[in-house]
Amino acid sequence: MSKYYLNYLDELESEAIYVLREVWAQFQNPVILFSGGKDSIVVTHLARKAFYPAKIPFALMHVDTGHNFPETIQFRDDLINELGARLIVGSVQESINQGRVAEEKGKNATRNALQITTLLDAIEGNKIDCAIGGGRRDEEKARAKERFFSHRDDFGQWDPKNQRPELWNIFNGKHFEGEHFRAFPISNWTEMDVWNYINRENIQIPSLYFAHEREVVWRNNSWIPNSEFLKLEDNEEVVVKKIRFRTLGDITITGGIESDADTVEKIADEVSTMRQTERGNRTDDKRSETSMEDRKRQGYF
Amino acid sequence: MELDNSQLLRFTTAGSVDDGKSTLIGRLLYDSKSIFEDQLEAVETTSKKKGHEGVDLALFTDGLKDEREQGITIDVAYRYFTTPKRKFIIADTPGHIQYTRNMVTGASTANAAIILVDARHGVIEQTRRHAFIASLLQIPHIIVCVNKMDLVDFSEEVFNDIVKQFEEFSSKLLVKDIRFRPISALLGDNVVNRSENMPWYEGSTLLHTLETMHISSDINKVDARFPVQTVLRPQNEEHRDYRGYAGRVASGVLRPGDEVTVLPSGFTSRIKTIDAFEGALEEAYAPMSVSVTLEDDIDISRGDMIVRSNNKPEASQDIEVMLCWLNNSPAKPRAKYSVKHTSNEQKAMIKEILYKIDINTLDRSPDGEGLEMNDICKVKLRTTKPLLFDSYRENRTTGSLILIDEDTNETVAAGMIV
Repeated sequence: MSKYYLNYLDELESEAIYVLREVWAQFQNPVILFSGGKDSIVVTHLARKAFYPAKIPFALMHVDTGHNFPETIQFRDDLINELGARLIVGSVQESINQGRVAEEKGKNATRNALQITTLLDAIEGNKIDCAIGGGRRDEEKARAKERFFSHRDDFGQWDPKNQRPELWNIFNGKHFEGEHFRAFPISNWTEMDVWNYINRENIQIPSLYFAHEREVVWRNNSWIPNSEFLKLEDNEEVVVKKIRFRTLGDITITGGIESDADTVEKIADEVSTMRQTERGNRTDDKRSETSMEDRKRQGYF
Repeated sequence: MELDNSQLLRFTTAGSVDDGKSTLIGRLLYDSKSIFEDQLEAVETTSKKKGHEGVDLALFTDGLKDEREQGITIDVAYRYFTTPKRKFIIADTPGHIQYTRNMVTGASTANAAIILVDARHGVIEQTRRHAFIASLLQIPHIIVCVNKMDLVDFSEEVFNDIVKQFEEFSSKLLVKDIRFRPISALLGDNVVNRSENMPWYEGSTLLHTLETMHISSDINKVDARFPVQTVLRPQNEEHRDYRGYAGRVASGVLRPGDEVTVLPSGFTSRIKTIDAFEGALEEAYAPMSVSVTLEDDIDISRGDMIVRSNNKPEASQDIEVMLCWLNNSPAKPRAKYSVKHTSNEQKAMIKEILYKIDINTLDRSPDGEGLEMNDICKVKLRTTKPLLFDSYRENRTTGSLILIDEDTNETVAAGMIV
């Protein structure tokens, strides 16, 4: 007798494909928010599957802080070539040059919060009505409250207390001019699911995820990569360590962990025994207990 | 990982902090080792700050700023944990009557519901409300957890009494599978680990129940229903004439060669291929996302439904629906709403409110004047074109719909077709 049920990974995949097709059907100009991180890579892979044998119908949008890992940019450009998709870049440096935002000052200054303005400008400027993201509900307590189809008002803001109820799998993407949506096809995936899926599907990811030797500095309980953007404190010292990154963001805030995992399989094994949450190495989330919620309300990813 | 063939189980927990809901979820996460060290440290710090002894498990489910300040759940939060047997998604919903709409939301996709009963208080109004919502949304399995057994000396009599109270009431509901578990979320008895304090109890623990419960037969495998989401036309060299209908199988099984009818047009054809990225498939069943091609060129677009020719859904413009009102502004009499049903969208009007249900007593009151937030009513809907549906009891996908207020674009009601 054949089985008539899906295993958990197939069910998550099917759910994500369903969400992506709904986005395509309900919006005029949807894009995938592409950071070069594993979650947006998985979303892109799912989009490819959802519309096969047709080409991926979404443009990829990258919000570029200017503080990049060179590997991420290379990876992004290679993927765009392979997919034959359109790339839209929103540049934080340009937002700074135009006086739309000002650089943060102080020791832990980053361009993380500055991205919000650039992102919202790019959404408005390109008349985007839905931005598809790789956000997952297991990442953070504010994200645990996200809908698959998440409404943003005409200021790009999220109102977590006044979200549209989302029942069954019926999504309501109706909106007025100037408003937009964020869609999260892999809402129900955990970090472990993402790695198991990357492993199963043999999805290419940037080399930064694999253990490699790198110059790093110990700061805020993780290994911050040395780069031209990093200002060393007096007591800090650059050392070489074998590390890998669990998440990828702006080079100035993404901390690495010491690891020997140099294959996807080894990473999946390592993640399954990991005792710290994924975003524990992100200094952007450490600023306060509600830093993600606060940023999300303003329009963050 | 050995998880490869394991299934996903979605369950809802309705209740308040007073019932020990947050403690129970915290206990499930903690004892199944799904809590990370940095989360544990944060909770330990807060527990100390608040002057609690040991770790306050309830803090693991802390949500948004407002919820933390008020110590309540307002909106549905989703939580995840995995055991070697299954992956679980918890829809953690508030239990207060004021948040009925959020309970309904969490229940809409659940395979199972956990209903918490405080052993000291037995079956109360809130218990009845939660059971009613689980039955209204046709959650196939209900697990009644009689919690705080430690506060009633782990008494078998108290437990049996509550089981009896619940059964007297639940016989009026349409639930296929109800199980009872005596637990102490605070101490961990019968949650993940067997209780040493209740040797009289020979059933399984809550986690074991969730891990082994048979759920694959809950999906309708009889009525083949394939709502078309979008049409795939690659128009490239390799697939010049390809015309695939993309969708997610709602129920039943589809195979190449099946004689099918496309609704609402009524044209018939045969399934030529069922395609996925990996290649052609021999069959597709719920909830698979696939692309279907037909032998004949038929005009098909989003909102149409492909079904087996010998088993069609009902088609009518006049339908009776159990409606849960979700919005602050009450229903406008005879106003038109957008109705979304599978991938189909059209207009509908609430013609008549047949009766309202008091969700605490289950009494029907004919006084169906207004329809306000959290109200549950049976209504008559009139749609502009025939809706293709099955009853919600037979098919949770083709039997469900939402109403949208076109002035605000908000989702104002959830409907289950009777």
